Amino acid sequence: MESERDATVNLLRRAAWRLLGAALATLLVSCAQPSSAPLYLWENFPRQQYDTLLLPGLSPEQQIGAIQAHIEKARGLGASLPPGLRAHLGMLYLGMGNAEEARQLWHAEKLAFPESTRYMDQLLKRLGEPAKKAAST
Amino acid sequence: MKRLLIKAAGVALAIAFAGCATPPTAFDYSAFIQAKPASLLVLPPLNDSPDVKAPFSVWAQATRPLAEAGYYVLPVTLVAETFRQNGMDVAADIQDLPMPKLREFFGADAAVYLRIKEYGTRFVVFNSDTRVEVEARIVDLRSGQLLWQGKAVASSSEQQQQSQGGLVGALLAAVVTQIINTSTDAAYRYADIANQRLLGAPRPNGVLPGPRSPLFGKPPNTAAR
Repeated sequence: MESERDATVNLLRRAAWRLLGAALATLLVSCAQPSSAPLYLWENFPRQQYDTLLLPGLSPEQQIGAIQAHIEKARGLGASLPPGLRAHLGMLYLGMGNAEEARQLWHAEKLAFPESTRYMDQLLKRLGEPAKKAAST
Repeated sequence: MKRLLIKAAGVALAIAFAGCATPPTAFDYSAFIQAKPASLLVLPPLNDSPDVKAPFSVWAQATRPLAEAGYYVLPVTLVAETFRQNGMDVAADIQDLPMPKLREFFGADAAVYLRIKEYGTRFVVFNSDTRVEVEARIVDLRSGQLLWQGKAVASSSEQQQQSQGGLVGALLAAVVTQIINTSTDAAYRYADIANQRLLGAPRPNGVLPGPRSPLFGKPPNTAAR
């Protein structure tokens, strides 16, 4: 008799704990920001921008390599590149004297984000963009 | 014993509701909703802290939360270069530039004006407190109208003073402490957290989701329901 009572008590106690657990879970789920999938694959892009802002023009080669790897990874995953990544990479290339690569990347930024058109056109103008070439090469 | 169960149910309900407390006043989003900005120009932050790296850290890390919120954010490194080439490298001067000029050159719909109130680690007797506090205003460059403003803090001592709700706050603080212990550039990490809280969407009284967000056009998140 006594043991049966104990069993009931244990059962109730366990139910109580489970209820508390469920409440905590509800709290975490309901109050967390809806964590829908990120729109972009970021990798180290914020840090790379920080480094560039901190020490402008410092050894672009290393960042170029890392960002090219980032682009490859995004391609493999079918993920989108964040706003500004192509434009930033273009600036790094320009820092190494490769204006043609910069031009192509700034056009790519425009294509991916038409919102950037005005600014990219300003930069391209300053680069001395030659008359629009056909997309043959 | 049934009473225990009932009591537990009561506590459980209380916990479930406690975390979602409503912020005191709802932000007036009418100008924001009407303006529908799609592209944002984040200007170099004003810096009230003694750390000269603070503006670069906060500036560089403002892009991600805004882009994930659904906006096109103009590339800050190129924007910095543009200002530099025009002989401007003082944030206060840049933030004073006339809006039609900014709009004309950068083509952005709105500008984000940031001010760093605090950035860095303070050492006290038994402990250290790393704290980053940032204020933001989003202003429409076409009309000059203020669309949104807010501020956010991230601190290593959030266990004691978390304002957003006990349990989640404590859990978050634990995570945050862990991050910090493995990091050397502590304030940089906290700037990321502060920026996410400040500029991420959707958040209570926060920035509205932009056109590239699946949440674009949904009613603003001013209060928990």
